[in-house]
Amino acid sequence: MIHSLFLINCSGDIFLEKHWKSVVSQSVCDYFFEAQEKAADVENVPPVISTPHHYLISIYRDKLFFVSVIQTEVPPLFVIEFLHRVADTFQDYFGECSEAAIKDNVVIVYELLEEMLDNGFPLATESNILKELIKPPTILRSVVNSITGSSNVGDTLPTGQLSNIPWRRAGVKYTNNEAYFDVVEEIDAIIDKSGSTVFAEIQGVIDACIKLSGMPDLSLSFMNPRLLDDVSFHPCIRFKRWESERVLSFIPPDGNFRLISYRVSSQNLVAIPVYVKHSISFKENSSCGRFDITIGPKQNMGKTIEAITVTVHMPKVVLNMNLTPTQGSYTFDPVTKVLTWDVGKITPQKLPSLKGLVNLQSGAPKPEENPSLNIQFKIQQLAISGLKVNRLDMYGEKYKPFKGVKYVTKAGKFQVRT
Amino acid sequence: MSSNSFAYNEQSGGGEATELGQEATSTISPSGAFGLFSSDMKKNEDLKQMLESNKDSAKLDAMKRIVGMIAKGKNASELFPAVVKNVASKNIEIKKLVYVYLVRYAEEQQDLALLSISTFQRALKDPNQLIRASALRVLSSIRVPIIVPIMMLAIKEASADLSPYVRKNAAHAIQKLYSLDPEQKEMLIEIIEKLLKDKSTLVAGSVVMAFEEVCPDRIDLIHKNYRKLCNLLVDVEEWGQVVIIHMLTRYARTQFVSPWKEGDGLEDNEKDFYDSDEEQKEKADKRKRPYTMDPDHRLLIRNTKPLLQSRNAAVVMAVAQLYWHIAPKSEAGIISKSLVRLLRSNREVQYIVLQNIATMSIQRKGMFEPYLKSFYVRSTDPTMIKILKLEILTNLANEANISTLLREFQTYVKSQDKQFAAATIQTIGRCATSITEVSDTCLNGLVCLLSNRDEIVVAESVVVIKKLLQMQPIQHGEIIKHMAKLLDSITVPVARASILWLIGENCERVPKIAPDVLRKTAKSFTSEDDLVKLQILNLGAKLYLTNSKQTKLLTQYILNLGKYDQNYDIRDRTRFIRQLIVPNEKSGALSKYAKKIFLAQKPAPLLESPFKDRDHFQLGTLSHTLNTKATGYLELSNWPEVAPDPSVRNVEVIELAKEWTPAGKAKKENPDEKFYSESEEEEDSSESSSDSESASGSESGEDEEEDHSGDSGEDSGESGSESEAGKGRAAKHAKARGKGDSKDVDKEKENSKSSESSSGESSSIEESSSDSESESESESESESRTITKAKEKKTKQDRNPLTKDVSLLDLDDFNPVSSPVVLPTPALSPSLIADLEGLNLSATSSVISVSTPVFVPGKTHVLLHRMSGKGLAAHYFFPRQPCIFGDKMVSVQITLNNTTDQKIENIHVGGKKLPMGMQMHVFNPIESLEPAGSITVSVGIDFCDSTQTASFQLCTKDDCFSVNIQPPVGELLLPVAMSEKDFKKEQGMLSGMNETSTTIIAAPQNFASSVILQKVVNVANVGVVPSGQDNVHRNYLHRQPSKP
Repeated sequence: MIHSLFLINCSGDIFLEKHWKSVVSQSVCDYFFEAQEKAADVENVPPVISTPHHYLISIYRDKLFFVSVIQTEVPPLFVIEFLHRVADTFQDYFGECSEAAIKDNVVIVYELLEEMLDNGFPLATESNILKELIKPPTILRSVVNSITGSSNVGDTLPTGQLSNIPWRRAGVKYTNNEAYFDVVEEIDAIIDKSGSTVFAEIQGVIDACIKLSGMPDLSLSFMNPRLLDDVSFHPCIRFKRWESERVLSFIPPDGNFRLISYRVSSQNLVAIPVYVKHSISFKENSSCGRFDITIGPKQNMGKTIEAITVTVHMPKVVLNMNLTPTQGSYTFDPVTKVLTWDVGKITPQKLPSLKGLVNLQSGAPKPEENPSLNIQFKIQQLAISGLKVNRLDMYGEKYKPFKGVKYVTKAGKFQVRT
Repeated sequence: MSSNSFAYNEQSGGGEATELGQEATSTISPSGAFGLFSSDMKKNEDLKQMLESNKDSAKLDAMKRIVGMIAKGKNASELFPAVVKNVASKNIEIKKLVYVYLVRYAEEQQDLALLSISTFQRALKDPNQLIRASALRVLSSIRVPIIVPIMMLAIKEASADLSPYVRKNAAHAIQKLYSLDPEQKEMLIEIIEKLLKDKSTLVAGSVVMAFEEVCPDRIDLIHKNYRKLCNLLVDVEEWGQVVIIHMLTRYARTQFVSPWKEGDGLEDNEKDFYDSDEEQKEKADKRKRPYTMDPDHRLLIRNTKPLLQSRNAAVVMAVAQLYWHIAPKSEAGIISKSLVRLLRSNREVQYIVLQNIATMSIQRKGMFEPYLKSFYVRSTDPTMIKILKLEILTNLANEANISTLLREFQTYVKSQDKQFAAATIQTIGRCATSITEVSDTCLNGLVCLLSNRDEIVVAESVVVIKKLLQMQPIQHGEIIKHMAKLLDSITVPVARASILWLIGENCERVPKIAPDVLRKTAKSFTSEDDLVKLQILNLGAKLYLTNSKQTKLLTQYILNLGKYDQNYDIRDRTRFIRQLIVPNEKSGALSKYAKKIFLAQKPAPLLESPFKDRDHFQLGTLSHTLNTKATGYLELSNWPEVAPDPSVRNVEVIELAKEWTPAGKAKKENPDEKFYSESEEEEDSSESSSDSESASGSESGEDEEEDHSGDSGEDSGESGSESEAGKGRAAKHAKARGKGDSKDVDKEKENSKSSESSSGESSSIEESSSDSESESESESESESRTITKAKEKKTKQDRNPLTKDVSLLDLDDFNPVSSPVVLPTPALSPSLIADLEGLNLSATSSVISVSTPVFVPGKTHVLLHRMSGKGLAAHYFFPRQPCIFGDKMVSVQITLNNTTDQKIENIHVGGKKLPMGMQMHVFNPIESLEPAGSITVSVGIDFCDSTQTASFQLCTKDDCFSVNIQPPVGELLLPVAMSEKDFKKEQGMLSGMNETSTTIIAAPQNFASSVILQKVVNVANVGVVPSGQDNVHRNYLHRQPSKP
């Protein structure tokens, strides 16, 4: 399966290599660099590249390329999903998945990669198991280790790996037993020029933070489970129970994890919480244009809309922008031509707006199309789909845990065409 | 030292001084060392010294730095001798890092690597399974051909290890050994065959991976394990699931007939599977379908469905391709929702998923039509994603949605991403050709685009318009004129060439413009692109033929220019055209036909999807993504015309016959009046038992039924006919197959979930301890009995032998077994068996023989108090019998008392509310219970090794009462007989797993061993191991096998 892995940074340096079978020379990456050059930007580097003797499957994460070398037929998603899992693990262990973090912890990275794959086939990818095998670095531990000479490597086989619930480590103990759930919903929408919705759907996830001792068996029920159109589960969830009763029943992993992700289909009417009034125009045969956008609340269910940001990729011919916001601040990067307006909160009394002039390259033809606006926002304590957690029950343990549910609605890929 | 390390040295020369300082402290973090470290000769000396020092910390530090070098891709091979010495280090982290080093460099330093082998060989015998596993891992990763025999031996041993984790590693090692030495293939296949039988979910994925790598063509190895793999699939780890699903897809394509053949009838045929069994039976008679899906085929499709909900995109894709390739077309629709969900994922996942959707959407539009809007393009998508989405939108376009789509395309055309805009124009062209209703609209739209400011857009439109015009015989003089005007402004060669070709082709329709265009282009000929030059030549030739008066000179001028062109293609063409059109004495017969040749009706180009030709690759594979056959791609075979013998997959049925008959025999010795009377109503009870069988959705139960309805000639309405068919078949197999080895029995039994097969469970476990002679005797006896019975049945004289069987079966069901005496244990005492086994040494030590419970506490628990039960009281206790309903179940005896002064009628179990995974086998409804009467029934509950409460409803004719059973932990155990020696061995194997040990100080009066024993067995169902030492008591606990 996976033969080798190369980590490559933005400037094209191979700063880590790991081989699970015979060594593959670094020169194989030249094919990757070639493809990278061909693609205009990093986003467009094809994930699968064929070379005379190998196949390269790569992902791009946090400004790093993870390039894996494959020799025989394998489902490409298998490799892609695994590489993302590796990146997730690094993130989990080091707090960030960056070149510096990986270089600082190269030994742990190596130990992790050794455990995660055997002969190119995934062996242990569950974070709970890995953390028992190799302890994540903390400042305290590195100090202790250097003094006592003890190691980061666990010497027992994680019991989880052998049990029916490989995702949970055994012997978990907390003084405060808590279970928190974050219901995060994102609205994906395309709004057309006239303000009508071309496409909208809600993508939701429930992230859990479970710190419970022993082997708790939880069941989480919803007030309106029929709302969920399509759900994907963490392996811990008992599928049959969901099928028959629409209850999420599971023995949770320890710590943070994504319990489910779901989709509320576009068949249901999606409430769009904001509207945008815009007028962007470029004058013919003149080196300037007008830019004017106003944001207002629409269906916000009585909650305040916070953390609004508007990002606009302006056309190439735009040289500079001269704008005045009534609220918040804006920046325009003349190199990438990205305008960012950090709005903040909407107060219905005074709607935030951004007005001003656009300077164009003189002589160049006026842009064909107005740029589309990407909007970010956040609404606390609201799940826009109306999903509500009914109750959380715990079986199998005696103590009484603290329980909590938080709802947030955010903009996902929210785009307004102008 | 390699040259590049010297180069590195020069760069980091300045850091040398600090480095030395740091090394003195020897507590620097690996990163510091990593950044400054250079593989200088002197430095390596330093490392060698550190490795040879006595302190672990120095060694560890050195190893960390060496790993840093390896990670950077630097050569550290010359440290090999120094590193390899530390392979036996006590410090586990040093050890692990040495392993990393060893695996990396062993191939280069084969002789030295051999020094480490003995360490691994020792570690392979370690009592800790983690150490055994990692030793095997490293040993098999050392790619040194000389140790192949050692590896082979190690793999063989590990494949029989008790720890599934070690067996998993053995499966991985198989692939490594195979790639090192393909000569070993035959031996390895044997091990794969053995491991395929393993029922641990941990092993399944890895061994299938090994199978795929070593012997993917040995499909025959899968037969016997097919059903097991299907049933285990949900519980296998994600990566294993992907591999197994891909393998099973290939398997299904060779073993089942195509479910696609039937057109319309397919739909209702499929629906039948969801109908209740009664209905199906009725229909089975009426409908004489040539195609019925093999129940195993159905099993695979059904068991993979939940995996569509996986969080792992690879699993979802694997299931999707399985549905695409082997499910009936009407069912494949469910995958689209899940695939669309994946589109929210990272761009790499999106890329692959969109490619696959593109291929699917060509063949079956309907699947993705409801999700049309999910493929709308966002300006922030990467270009490759945009183009794939556009491709799918085009495939999905039809009369109904085209107007919405065109509006959407309009936005895309204006995109700043010009590559995408151009692709959109191509798309519009394709829509125009495929949907004739909108072709005019599209054409008009494209013509409008001709006045676009962007040249790429205009050029692309020209090219597409050219194709459209070529396809439509209708005249578009205006458009051609318009395009002729554009020739002045357009510079893109393809577009210019397209315009010229178009004018040439229609030169008779635009007689005034064409010569003028030729004049203009003749002027600019030398500065044109090659592509354009060729078209100018073409235009000249065509005009010469149609309008030679005006253009003769012009054409000759162009031909002269072409004659001396730099490009040989153009020179060639010039010569060719001249010969063809300019009549001279040398020109042959061809010139007469020149006009026909040049102005022939040309077939219009077909605008097709670039994904058209990908469908012959299995979806979700690398080959599909690349659209070329990747190395190691396994072709998906076509459906066979006639399905190969489906009985090759039958495994459990054989056991069925063998297992329950001896049980029946054993029971006969101890008849109980009450239950005879019960079995008098065999007609009813057999029916009800078969009902419960099918209701519980057990696999083999259904198999039988479907097989049966496939035979459609027989009458299926009658009671018991099913079980007859099953038994008849089973007996046949039993005869054919003879005796299997006892291990086999155990595993295969696991598969069969029907109540029938498990009813004989108690005896089958006895059977596996095949050393005791009396057992094997009874086995062979029973076998012959079955055979004779089968013969009787075949002749179909009457149903009497059958009813006899059924009654035996029922006896089994209702045996109250309130004392251990009635247990069908052999005459030997457990301890004797254990001793015998001990004599037999290790060969049979892994076989589990269940012994009788040492003690059965009479403690009863209240299930339903008579006050709350309106006079019906219920108590339960645990008889500590191996449960007769299934080997995973714990048997529970429920005593029902009627404390009222009226009859209580129809007592039965109503709704069950069991936690996930739990199963319960209920008792048959009791028709009536006399006042003050009591009755004892037994139920089996699979508690899944947990102490969760099983809640169900106990119903009478009038009322329903909710009751709960919660088992004490001790009741979930199974006593096992074994010798002390074996016990110690097992204990050693399991150490490090779930070990609890404690020392209890006993009060003097309790000191007698019998007292302690008594106390222990009171709370837990354990067996006693005869012990040599007086003060040590060994109680061997065997977990009730749980759901794997």
